Amino acid sequence: MWAAAAGAFTNSVFGILRAYVLIALWQAKPGLAGYDVLDAVTFCFVTQAFIGPMQLFGGGLTIPERIRTGDIALDLVRPASLQAWALSEDLGRAAYLFLVRGLPPMIIGALVFGVVVPSGAGRWAAFAASFALGVLVSFAWRYLIALSVCWLADDRGVVTVSMVLTTFFSGMMLPLPIFPGLLGDVAATLPWAAMAQLPADVYLGRAGFADAVPFQALWAVALLALGALGTRAIRHKVVIQGG
Amino acid sequence: MIELERAGRVFKVKRTLVHAVRELSFTVAPGEFVGCLGPNGAGKSTTIKMLCGILTPTSGTVRVAGLDPSRRRTVLARRIGVVFGQRTTLWWDLPLRDSFELIRLLYKVDRRVFAERLDELVETLDLAAFLRTPVRQLSLGQRMRGDLTAALLHAPDVLVLDEPTIGLDVVSKNSIRSFLLRVNAERGTTVLLTTHDLGDVERLCRRVMLIDHGRLAFDGSLDDLMATAPDETIEEVVTRLYTRAGQ
Amino acid sequence: MLAWTWTRAAAAYPVSFTLMVGFGLMMAAVDLAVILVVFANTTALAGFTRAEVLFLYGAANIAFSVADMCVGNLDKISQHIKAGTLDTMLLKPAPAWLQAAVDRFTPSRFGRVLQSVIVLVTALAALDIPWQRAWMVPVMIATAGVIFASLWTLAGAAQFVLTDAPEVVNAFTYGSGQLTQYPFSVYGRDLVRGVTYVLPLAFVNWQPGLYVLGKDDPFGTPEALRFLGPVAALLLALLAALAWRQGIRRYRSTGS
Repeated sequence: MWAAAAGAFTNSVFGILRAYVLIALWQAKPGLAGYDVLDAVTFCFVTQAFIGPMQLFGGGLTIPERIRTGDIALDLVRPASLQAWALSEDLGRAAYLFLVRGLPPMIIGALVFGVVVPSGAGRWAAFAASFALGVLVSFAWRYLIALSVCWLADDRGVVTVSMVLTTFFSGMMLPLPIFPGLLGDVAATLPWAAMAQLPADVYLGRAGFADAVPFQALWAVALLALGALGTRAIRHKVVIQGG
Repeated sequence: MIELERAGRVFKVKRTLVHAVRELSFTVAPGEFVGCLGPNGAGKSTTIKMLCGILTPTSGTVRVAGLDPSRRRTVLARRIGVVFGQRTTLWWDLPLRDSFELIRLLYKVDRRVFAERLDELVETLDLAAFLRTPVRQLSLGQRMRGDLTAALLHAPDVLVLDEPTIGLDVVSKNSIRSFLLRVNAERGTTVLLTTHDLGDVERLCRRVMLIDHGRLAFDGSLDDLMATAPDETIEEVVTRLYTRAGQ
Repeated sequence: MLAWTWTRAAAAYPVSFTLMVGFGLMMAAVDLAVILVVFANTTALAGFTRAEVLFLYGAANIAFSVADMCVGNLDKISQHIKAGTLDTMLLKPAPAWLQAAVDRFTPSRFGRVLQSVIVLVTALAALDIPWQRAWMVPVMIATAGVIFASLWTLAGAAQFVLTDAPEVVNAFTYGSGQLTQYPFSVYGRDLVRGVTYVLPLAFVNWQPGLYVLGKDDPFGTPEALRFLGPVAALLLALLAALAWRQGIRRYRSTGS
């Protein structure tokens, strides 16, 4: 519990530091990518708030450790699918962290700078849906990374690459619309955009339900499907082959 | 070599004061081999920690090799060797050999002297087979022998052991006991050993101390201890002392 | 002795070592990429050009990553306390601080050092600083290194009290790294005052950097402040040493 509080504190501090940089950028280029300064600051704190529930720095799953100790075999012979079971665990944690690590940065941001708050039940509903999908996409991605431990002796490489890609392309560092040229175009299509960028845009009212949800859902389905394939592969390796 | 004069150690546990060690006084002369018995929570580990400088006494004085462990910790560290039965003093991820090399550097042992000593210890304790193995992969018996080696590489004047034979199989226990006897006899190293294993006591200790509730309940030779009840086994004698001390 | 353990560990697993350095480079690259994206959108940020920002970033980051590499493990001391391995350190004839600092060998941090050096060299080449001011660059990096090392020591000292929430210190150690990536003209006046006079992070790269770049301080501090880096670093180091000693003393007198 203390670890979560400490995380909330760190997320808030980083939120403040990043917000200042964004303010300076938006002062140099007002209206950049269609955001105003307040939007940019809000975006910063919203994405910081996402770090806890979506585990944007990776991890949050016990699967890699269980693979290393061999306990994963026990999980695989359960009637429930490994992916479903891991998802329910992750959702529980996400809900808890939404409160403990999600709210504080938003509150701090509101106190120090002032943030945009969605108006109207419609926007809140759209945001709720988008946020939930963001968590789902993040889970599906992390699940795939977690499974890879089964085939790789040392997972540090995969974990590092995943963290680099997620932090950079989720919009957590800078809003994706300001990425130049081709980089920006590609970034908008990648799964990580579905994690933080889109829910944040929905929150700000820059994207509507129809703009965000289908894209997020598409990636969620695609990654979960890959996850199901991965589960079958790992079951084959561990239970049938005894790997 | 070791002198405790009315040493005391008080802990504050949730607003109550716990006297882990209370007016403990004893002296250990150089070259002695002393065993320290006592039920769990008696204050043995606390006493050991005070001897090593890990914990400072709240009252009384402690002197080891003429030094005050709380004030001269690093100086004392060169003169004592410590083995914790439940925790290793070696570096977890490094091969055993590298741990020894680090010890040589830390304790500033002359290279040639070190090489001789290490060879002798490797041979006596039969370490050759796993010198290259990382410490974390060693079995308990292997690790214990590694810890013993590490404790002796700098030729300390005093060897302190906290439950060194815990969890070991019979063969390992015997070989460690023989080794300790040799170290004490050949080098004159003062040895202080805490243990729950009465076999250790019978085999090794001429002098036995019994600590309970932070106090010294018995201090004398093993023969004296057995003489208090000539018909009983050592287990029976010690059990009686434990339960009596608890009253 | 330090060098010995590290080269030994590196030599043992050369492939792993290079990979880890690569990963460190990758992670550090994200920070660099952020700066580059920012400057893809503007030519000046709070009055500083891209080369100037990269200079400030490179200088601070070299110091930060070297300090992290050398003493970064100090913020793990709470793990040692919980596991009882601090006792093991106290048995050895070396200061606990040193043992705790070198406890783990992390080649990935070296990757960050490498990246920062490349960035700094590139930035300096683009800036063309005259010799009369360039002397400050190594001074400021050394000073920054001492400041960051002191910060980690303070983080370690704090853990003797904060054993249940050790992660809190990350906000200060890694937060300081983040703070010094950008010129302080982006930050609010109060924050800048705080990190000048309370926690002297301004002397990591901002104050001396202003001198090197030949710029005036937008917050209006006197010229003399540019040179007080070493003094600030010394004071902080003393504070850190005292705090650490206090922490160890407390541990030895109250037990774990």
